Amino acid sequence: MCLAIPGKIIELLDDNLAMIDVSGVRRKVNISLIKHENVQVDDWVLIHVGFAMNKISEEQAKEQLQLLAEIGEEQEALAEVKGYQFE
Amino acid sequence: MKMRFVDEFRNPELIRKTLDEIERIIEPDDHFRIMEACGGHTYSIFHFGLQELLPKNIEFIHGPGCPVCVLPPGRVDEGLEIASKNSDVIFTAFGDVMRVPGKKGSPLNYKAMGTDVRMIYSPLDALNIAMKNPDKKVILFAIGFETTAPSTAITVLKAKELDIDNFFVYSNHVKIVPVLKSILDQPNMRIDGFIGPGHASVVIGAHPYETIAKEYKKPVVISGFEPLDLLQSILMLIKQLKNGESKVEIQYKRVVMEGGNVSALEIMNQVFEDRPAFEWRGLGAIQNSALKLKPEFSKWDAEVQFNVEKITIEENKDAQCGEVLKGMLKPNQCKLFGKVCTPDNPVGALMVSSEGACATYYNHLYSTMSL
Repeated sequence: MCLAIPGKIIELLDDNLAMIDVSGVRRKVNISLIKHENVQVDDWVLIHVGFAMNKISEEQAKEQLQLLAEIGEEQEALAEVKGYQFE
Repeated sequence: MKMRFVDEFRNPELIRKTLDEIERIIEPDDHFRIMEACGGHTYSIFHFGLQELLPKNIEFIHGPGCPVCVLPPGRVDEGLEIASKNSDVIFTAFGDVMRVPGKKGSPLNYKAMGTDVRMIYSPLDALNIAMKNPDKKVILFAIGFETTAPSTAITVLKAKELDIDNFFVYSNHVKIVPVLKSILDQPNMRIDGFIGPGHASVVIGAHPYETIAKEYKKPVVISGFEPLDLLQSILMLIKQLKNGESKVEIQYKRVVMEGGNVSALEIMNQVFEDRPAFEWRGLGAIQNSALKLKPEFSKWDAEVQFNVEKITIEENKDAQCGEVLKGMLKPNQCKLFGKVCTPDNPVGALMVSSEGACATYYNHLYSTMSL
C-alpha cells in the first residue's frame, strides 16, 4: 500500500507535472510535493500514487553502500594483526 | 530488469557482511523482539527470506502498518452503501481495498451486483473520473498512512481550485505514531525496538517518533525496503539495544529527512485535522490517530455530504486478527489460518492485502509450515 518506486525525471511539464522514466516506462507524475526542492531533469525521485514524494539522494545512497562495504574490515585487520606469530 | 536504487541494495556480498556483523554483535542469551511497523517491511522480510538468514534470537513482531488491514470492519460497507443506494454515485478506491470483505461483500462483489465501483492508482484518477462524469457523484475511498494523505490533500485542493462539486473524499487516513504508542500501551506487550516505516517517514520525518524513544525507551530505526536496508536497520537497532540506548535513527537517508517533507506536511495540515478518536481493527478506538477533512473543505467531505449510516459488523468469533495485529499471535497460530481464511477467501483484512501479515505468511511460508 505504501509502495513507492524510484524514477528519473526526463522532462518538467506544466501544471506541476513531470515526465518520469521508471525502468524504461514513461509516465506523468505530479511534483507539487517536491517543488520546494528545486527539482531538475535527471533528478531521481520516489513515486507514490502518482506523486513524487521526495528526491532520492545519490550521495546518501553511495554513503550507505560504502558504510556497509567497510563492515568487518576493521575486524579483519585486527584478526590479521592478532594472527601474526612472530615470537 | 535492472533498477537504480533497487539492485544495489540487494548486493549479496554486502548482505553477507551485514549478516556477519549482526551475528558478531548478538549474543546467545539475547532475545530481541523487533516490530516492523510497516506492511511493506513485513512483505520484504518474507519475500527475501530475511528471517531465515538472521539469528534465531531476533524475532519479528508484525506491526499495524497496513492501512487496509487496520480498517475497522464496516467502514468499507459504509462507503459502498452510499454508492449502492444512489445510482448516480461512482465508488473509487485503490486495488488493495477491492477485496476487503464487508457485511454484504467486498467492493468487487458490489461491482458484480451492479454498483459502479472503479479501481484507481492515484487520488487524481478519482478527480478525473469526476470531471469526465459531471452528472455523477464520485466518492474517493481514501486510505493510507501519512504516506498517502498529502496526495489526497492535493487532490482536494485541486477540486477546490477547479471548482469541482461532484467529487467527495471518504477519509480513512491514519497516523502511524499514535497506533505504535497504543500497541506499547497494551498489557503484556514486549517489544524491544521498532523498524520505523520508510515511506510514511518521508512525509513526517524522524521527530514524531521521539516520544517512543524518550517516553517508552524503545529504539526506532526508520528503514528502507530492500534487503540491505532492512538488515542495516536491524544492525543499528541491535547496536542500540546492546548499548542500552533508545534513539530515533534514520537508515533510509537517501529519501527520509529529519524534518520530513515540509510541503507535504503543510498541505496535509491545510486540508486535514485529527479526529478525536478512530476505531482500529483489533485495537479499538485510538485518540487522535486518524485524519478527517477540515470544516472549510466539507463541500468535498463524503461524510458530511452523504447520510452515512454507521455500520458495525460482528467479526467472526474465531478470527484472531486483533491478537495477530498486536503481535500476540503469529498469523499461523490463528484458528482460521489457511483453513477457513485464505487469500482467495479472506475472513479478515490481514489476509487481503499482499502486505497483510497473514497473506504474507500464507504466500511465503505455507508450503514449509506445519499447520
